[in-house]
Amino acid sequence: MREILWHGRGGQGVVVAAQILAEAAYLQGFKGVTSAPTFGPERRGAPVTASTRISDEPIRTFSQIEQADIAVVLDDTLFKVVDVLSRLKEGGLIIINTPLPADQTGINGCFDIATVDATGIALKHYLTKEGAPVINTPLLGAVARATGIVSLDHIEKALQGKLPKEAVARNFTTVKVAYDETKIRVRDEGQKA
Amino acid sequence: MSKVQIMTGNQAAAIGAMLSNVQVVAAYPITPQSQLAEIMSQYIEGGKLRAEYVRVESEHSALTVCISASTVGARVFTATSANGLLYMHEQLHWAAGARLPIIMCCVNRGVGAPWTIFNDQQDSFSQRDTGWIQIYCRNNQEILDTVIQAYRIAEKVYVPVMVCFDGFVLSHTMMPVEIPDAGKVRNFLPPYKPHTILSSEDPRNINPVLFPWRRENSEGILCDGYMEMRYKLQAALENAREVIMETDHAFHEVFGRKHGGMIWEYKTEDAELILTGMGSIASEATTAADMLRAEGVKAGAVGIRVFRPFPKDDVREAFKKARAIIIFEKAISYGYEGGLCSDLKSAFYGTDIKAPIHGYVAGLGGRDVKARELAEAAKASLADMKAGHIEKNTTWLNCHTG
Repeated sequence: MREILWHGRGGQGVVVAAQILAEAAYLQGFKGVTSAPTFGPERRGAPVTASTRISDEPIRTFSQIEQADIAVVLDDTLFKVVDVLSRLKEGGLIIINTPLPADQTGINGCFDIATVDATGIALKHYLTKEGAPVINTPLLGAVARATGIVSLDHIEKALQGKLPKEAVARNFTTVKVAYDETKIRVRDEGQKA
Repeated sequence: MSKVQIMTGNQAAAIGAMLSNVQVVAAYPITPQSQLAEIMSQYIEGGKLRAEYVRVESEHSALTVCISASTVGARVFTATSANGLLYMHEQLHWAAGARLPIIMCCVNRGVGAPWTIFNDQQDSFSQRDTGWIQIYCRNNQEILDTVIQAYRIAEKVYVPVMVCFDGFVLSHTMMPVEIPDAGKVRNFLPPYKPHTILSSEDPRNINPVLFPWRRENSEGILCDGYMEMRYKLQAALENAREVIMETDHAFHEVFGRKHGGMIWEYKTEDAELILTGMGSIASEATTAADMLRAEGVKAGAVGIRVFRPFPKDDVREAFKKARAIIIFEKAISYGYEGGLCSDLKSAFYGTDIKAPIHGYVAGLGGRDVKARELAEAAKASLADMKAGHIEKNTTWLNCHTG
């Protein structure tokens, strides 16, 4: 089973991203998928999480994820207010929306780091909502690239189940660009978390 | 062709109600049930379901609308949580006493004060003695299927059914759910035939004041007194087991899924230690059993699916080889212990089941309960049992009780 925690701010779409990844993984052939929001009230702009579990077998555990295999960070200002790494397994993968290269993210420890400028990609391709760049869908492309769990085809199919045709095309363009532009720095085994 | 969608528990419940072709829906929104009430109103407003959605000003009125509509022969549906359910309390008794096959989803939430919007099962547990059948679901597929099953059960035994599922943990968690074929559901669930038709052509006085003794009516027919009618409610619940089992069996034949009828078991064949509970915590206990097995403990899990009528014979069979029994429940009878714990102990009275039983109260007010914690608690209990502590006070799992 692979456990993914999505870190973002209320309004950035962590819940929907967690759902689309679950749907894409199910289409990919994983029998067990779940996605859950942070339980309870949420505020726009406040730090929030959502989760996705992906397994070959149907999932029987619905408790919250303690330490994820994969962390996806939609907003790199969260590092100042949330201890993202404390909920990531040693040796895990962290995927960050940032224009910075991995060695400038300030992340130390035994983690694989994937970086992609999802905000820049969304703005470049005019993927905005209420004036703000849509960053959750391009990050799905980064997840596909960095994890290999789901293919781009299945992300597109999952988007088709959620969005009107025209919106699918615009969103999927950013998914593909993010897939291509994602940079991965594999962990240095010598480093300790 | 199977049609699987990734959905929340609330959505699964709403689809179950829609496929059951309910005719009247009355609900008042409350977290975590709100999404369920919203989806039902969307189905009706959007023309996907031909039914009347009656907007009400309270949960008490929601159930009253259902009672009224059911009395005149409609298939009805409602849903609520926590204090909303408690506000229905008077009408819960009425629905059962009037023998109306109403289906209600209780999206389990803790009860205030202090306020909580999060999950436990104190709400439905506190309505245990209202005469409703109570079924606790362990995942979203079971929620959808159980709503359909519930109508078939209720309309055969004329007892209302509360379909309970954990708020947020299931109601807001998405997972794959297969949507049954609508035509097959129609065959599985024939139209509701009321036991009494209330119409202007045949006026009747239903549920009048009864006297302590049986009494002749105006036509000279000796009628039941209050006590006879109450006995019949008890008998209907006791006899419901057969219908619940038959329904799950028939459901399996049509749809290829079974949920266990009264209870379900996981790796109990050779289990010496059995973990048990109701709803999602019992599902979590199956993962705990796997963890314990990986450490060499022969562990299994039993899920109590139907809490009322209590599955006495079923648990006697399921636990007969157990050497240790550990119960995790999200409710308590204040001043004593968990209600499931008491019921299991009393079910084993006079049998050869002498295994030590430890009761845990867990996850109140949404405190997360992890499989790891259940496995650790089980190991602690086993050590206690080996040290001779057969009887122990209820343990509050993961709670600062100092």
